[in-house]
Amino acid sequence: MSTTPTVAYLDHAATTPMVAEVVAVLTDQLSRAGNPSSLHGSGRAARRVVEESRESIAKSLGARPSDVVFTSGGTEADNLAVHGIFAARRDADPRRTRILTPAIEHHAVLDTVEWLATHAGAKVDYVAVDAAGRLDLDDLRRRLDADPDDVALVTCMWANNEVGTAQPIAEIVAAAHAHGIPVHSDAVQAVGHLPVDFEAVELDAMTVTAHKLGGPVGVGALLVRREIEVAPLLHGGGQERQIRSGTLATAAIAAFAAAVDLAVRRQPDQARRLENLRADLVRRTQAAVPEIVVNGDPKPGPEHRLPGIAHLSFPGCEGDSLLMLLDAQGVECSTGSACTAGVPEASHVLLAMGQDDVTARGSLRFSLGHSSTAADVDALIEALPGAYERARAAGLTGVGGRNA
Amino acid sequence: MRVIAAMSGGVDSAVAAARAVDAGHDVIGIHLALSRNPQSYRTGARGCCSIEDAGDARRAADVLGIPFYVWDLSERFHADVVEDFLSEYAAGRTPNPCVRCNERIKFEAVLDRAVALGFDAVVTGHYARLATGADGTVELHRAVDPGKDQSYVLGVLTQEQLRHSMFPLGDTPKEQVRAEAARRGLAVADKPDSHDICFIADGDTAGFLHRELGSRPGTLVDTDGEPVGSHDGAYAFTVGQRRGLRLGRPAPDGKPRYVLDIEPVSGTVTVGPREALEVRRLEGTGVSWCIGATPAEGIDGSVQLRAHGAVHPATATVLGDRLVVDLHEPASGVAPGQSVVVYDGTRVVGSATIASSAA
Repeated sequence: MSTTPTVAYLDHAATTPMVAEVVAVLTDQLSRAGNPSSLHGSGRAARRVVEESRESIAKSLGARPSDVVFTSGGTEADNLAVHGIFAARRDADPRRTRILTPAIEHHAVLDTVEWLATHAGAKVDYVAVDAAGRLDLDDLRRRLDADPDDVALVTCMWANNEVGTAQPIAEIVAAAHAHGIPVHSDAVQAVGHLPVDFEAVELDAMTVTAHKLGGPVGVGALLVRREIEVAPLLHGGGQERQIRSGTLATAAIAAFAAAVDLAVRRQPDQARRLENLRADLVRRTQAAVPEIVVNGDPKPGPEHRLPGIAHLSFPGCEGDSLLMLLDAQGVECSTGSACTAGVPEASHVLLAMGQDDVTARGSLRFSLGHSSTAADVDALIEALPGAYERARAAGLTGVGGRNA
Repeated sequence: MRVIAAMSGGVDSAVAAARAVDAGHDVIGIHLALSRNPQSYRTGARGCCSIEDAGDARRAADVLGIPFYVWDLSERFHADVVEDFLSEYAAGRTPNPCVRCNERIKFEAVLDRAVALGFDAVVTGHYARLATGADGTVELHRAVDPGKDQSYVLGVLTQEQLRHSMFPLGDTPKEQVRAEAARRGLAVADKPDSHDICFIADGDTAGFLHRELGSRPGTLVDTDGEPVGSHDGAYAFTVGQRRGLRLGRPAPDGKPRYVLDIEPVSGTVTVGPREALEVRRLEGTGVSWCIGATPAEGIDGSVQLRAHGAVHPATATVLGDRLVVDLHEPASGVAPGQSVVVYDGTRVVGSATIASSAA
């Protein structure tokens, strides 16, 4: 069996195809010579592309151009924000060692926080989330009030990458700012799917990446207000405000800017379209497999959830069995989590939402994006019932005795 | 057929999968994750559980153009293989974890799941041959490469399990398998063979047992019951063992002494001369038959008593739920807990776990 051709790509939250306009910008820029940090004409021309891109991204996301620090992507931006703000805040006042975060963060944040706890004296204080995966604001306020002087930062994603639940970012910021504590948000999943305005919610730092919104893999940014001290992770030429070093990737940055521009302009229409498609997917999946449970916030709308993610639990199934059977029919989705060894683990997000290990392992994420169509949903609905029956049969073999 | 290729990341399972593809089967590669924390098992090229091995398996599947997934069997593996390994050692026996892994993981947990998911068979890189007899029975035979033959660790499989198994390497010497891997562009062609126990990262079985089972001091005695030394845990010994006994004084006759018996409750380990190790009869429990049914009469054939061990002409008889084996010539160093596998020529008839032996 060679790998089946893709029939339905339902994993846009992992990465989404580049949009045609962005491919054109990228390929146009790829042959450009000149380091944006060079002083000659080629350098200045490249610098101009970078700065126009910076201005464009800032405009799209409600930031100032000087807020934009280009990185290699979301993971680097998350690491830079959490590590960099923690280190700077603690250097300014050694009491500030506590990091407040919900346990549903992406590993780019969670593992950074855990590393800081193990190696840099940080104290991680996990803020409770409710059954839909939304941060509990009362719990956050209680933890802040307990001792605001020892908090280095609060970090909370804009919308969860697995179940899609949107977080109350403005309220989180208000609660933290009441004590003068900076807030970072990983908005990797949100930009292009929800209205995102950096300044309107008064965030101090925000992570964005290109490949989740129609741009290339390998470029992203940390938006971080000038007033916020950030210790650098990557040392060297100091290209980005002395916070981030490394030769700027002119072509990738130009493509990133084009992708952000298109994604943000198209966001309202896109969200409406994906919300309808998702509703169709969920309704028809429930009709085909009545046992399924829909995870996350059931209500549509930007304060509730991402429009294109349907996260479903299939009782009695191993998620990875179901994924494999769907994949064999060209229907591509995700168990919503992966670790370095490729060992499927129960989603830490579902566990934090109070689900048990078995339910968490029997769940799949279907995520829609700009290229999704009704035919993708048709293909899923055609493949799912048979795959579900088989996966359920296999799920029941888990405790069986020997073959006679 | 639709088949699952169990791909460890080694050269054998990669070539086995390739041959299944060549034979026209629909093949999906599966790597078995046997630990939730792969670093706790051996890392590097020699184990079967490391991240690197999963990557090697994935790359081999890429080269073959087959889909590839990782199946998490860590809980089953821990419960059925690691726990069994520890409790067997704690009971004074010497288990073979590869036999248990084949019995409970590769040809039970994986096979059951594969069949439930709509697959017909599991293909592995074991060196053994399958043949179909005139009556339709699937026969398990030794591999043609005697140095690599692994029929011993498969002797525990039932007819039903064998019907859903494929061993494409049984007719090929190892060196040819390596050459074939190189010809196919598989990067694992010159990867070293794995020999040790995959879940003991540093290869130090005694140290692993000591960490897991703790200190259980006891006495070493001679055949007259006289104390001749002390130890930190009877589990560190295997019947037939000569090295590492750390005896306080030499034997009166100056000859080396061997472990003869392990009494797990008191922790008493009996040592004595080589002659006292000789065994002519042994009994096994947990009897299992490859041939589909319990044989009506005794089998006059041969037995193998450890992996890559000697072939001993013997007569095997069923006595209730036990297997009684009479060796035609005495064997030495027969360790309870190991498998006794009964052969009729090259064909595996069945197996049991050695429970006791007698001179």
